[in-house]
Amino acid sequence: MSEYKKPLPTPDIDTKEYWQGCRRHELLIQRCKDCGTYRFPPMPMCPECNSMNGEWAKVSGRGRVYSWFVVHYATHPDFMDEVPYAVVLVELDEQANVRIPSNMVDCKIEDIGAGMPVEVVFEDVTDEISLPKFRPVS
Amino acid sequence: MDTLKDKAAIVGIGWTEFSKNSGVSVLSLAVEACKKAIDDAGLRVKEIDGVVTHNMSDSVMPQEVATCLGLPNIGYHLEYWGGGPAGCQIITNAAMAVVTGMAHYVICFRALNGCSGRRLGGKGERPLTTGEAQFLIPYGWTSFVHAFTHLARRHMIEYGTTPQQLGMVAVTQRKHASMNERAMMRTTITIEDYFNSKMIAEPFRLLDICLETDGGCAVVVTSAERARELKHRPVYVMGAAIGGGPDPTPYGMSTFGWLRGSHTELYGKYISPQLYEMAGVTPKDINLAELYDEMSIAVPVQLEDFGFCQKGEGGPFVEEGRIEIGRELPVNTHGGFLSEGYLHGLNHVAEAVSQLRGEAGERQVKDAEIALCTSLGMQAGSALILRR
Repeated sequence: MSEYKKPLPTPDIDTKEYWQGCRRHELLIQRCKDCGTYRFPPMPMCPECNSMNGEWAKVSGRGRVYSWFVVHYATHPDFMDEVPYAVVLVELDEQANVRIPSNMVDCKIEDIGAGMPVEVVFEDVTDEISLPKFRPVS
Repeated sequence: MDTLKDKAAIVGIGWTEFSKNSGVSVLSLAVEACKKAIDDAGLRVKEIDGVVTHNMSDSVMPQEVATCLGLPNIGYHLEYWGGGPAGCQIITNAAMAVVTGMAHYVICFRALNGCSGRRLGGKGERPLTTGEAQFLIPYGWTSFVHAFTHLARRHMIEYGTTPQQLGMVAVTQRKHASMNERAMMRTTITIEDYFNSKMIAEPFRLLDICLETDGGCAVVVTSAERARELKHRPVYVMGAAIGGGPDPTPYGMSTFGWLRGSHTELYGKYISPQLYEMAGVTPKDINLAELYDEMSIAVPVQLEDFGFCQKGEGGPFVEEGRIEIGRELPVNTHGGFLSEGYLHGLNHVAEAVSQLRGEAGERQVKDAEIALCTSLGMQAGSALILRR
């Protein structure tokens, strides 16, 4: 696993629970304890009701492809050998504006389409980091 | 209500050469552009008592420019951190300063070696994976170009916008640039050239994406009364607005995200009511528009959000040729960021001033009286309505 050459996330005080959940293969999304609204990316206050009383809720990991792009020319050195590759934005079933950037697995680039149902899978890339990715569900 | 309307004016404009490699420092570009704008206004440099600028950690401070210009008093000064939203915003700040008596003559500048120096998402860069970028970069979402793909993709999904329509933004603006001696790209292109240009991040081809530019641009702002004493016919600030919708993009050098908000509407939808109300005009009164065009898709979306057509009709508006000089609403008459150069918005304002003075030569829009200029940073931005 020490061979992983691509950039890794840098967890911080607002995001460490997210990455700890990923390591356990659980997708955790922040949810307001007062109004129940999910929010992503992580932030210290609920933008709906301004409560700072939040929790990390395990979600289904299911969603739909909201948007995607296909990189044919990479400027980041660590992705130059990867082209072409696709980045998807997955809208989770739990709430419409919770959208997770990721990559697809077990899916050809040309098969990616808007509204495609997907589910999370976890890729253990180092001893500390597992990246949530998505695969098609039939 | 007491507003900014018609109380301030742009009285001087100046540019350096726009190039891929200036061979000079950013400070050199900044002071050259400032001096040219001050000369254009017919002012003495020492009369300047305000300096405002914006940067993305790629430029010089107002204090450095004031020192190099030898100003006896830097006066009102402001340095806004940011790129896209700032062009019209710093001019609005300068207008507020001269109208409220904080300063008499304010120089607004933007200068950068955006190609030979610090490039935004340039080849070889490894941006930090902190902040919002920790959710993006590990997946290969590594640049602003990538963030804007979603605007194009969702517009295609929701409204049927086509690559052909995006291509016509590039083709039309290049035609305009062919008549502009400052433009970096002056050779006309066809829609076939567009489709043959390299795919960078689908749906964007190379010709959908702005240039990288070394250069400087500056404008001088003063009060309407003082403006009438100067060399050129003043170009008045008729309306100004700064703002945006919910979920403006968090800004930081590592953040390219844009995860929560709408991906088919931009800030313009939210600020245009205030803008038109202050100016006392409607979209029908606008003779030309210099629309922030870091990517082709931004043009049709802003045509919609600033009320020139219905939502979803921006693509056909472009495809029908209605943004060409001589047609209904000439857009980016200098070629825009796609063909003139990417000076982050001040070059749009300077072009609008040239047009309203009737100094735009071969590309002059006939009887141009009122112009819209915009500055876009995803869900936050700024805009001006200028008149002669």
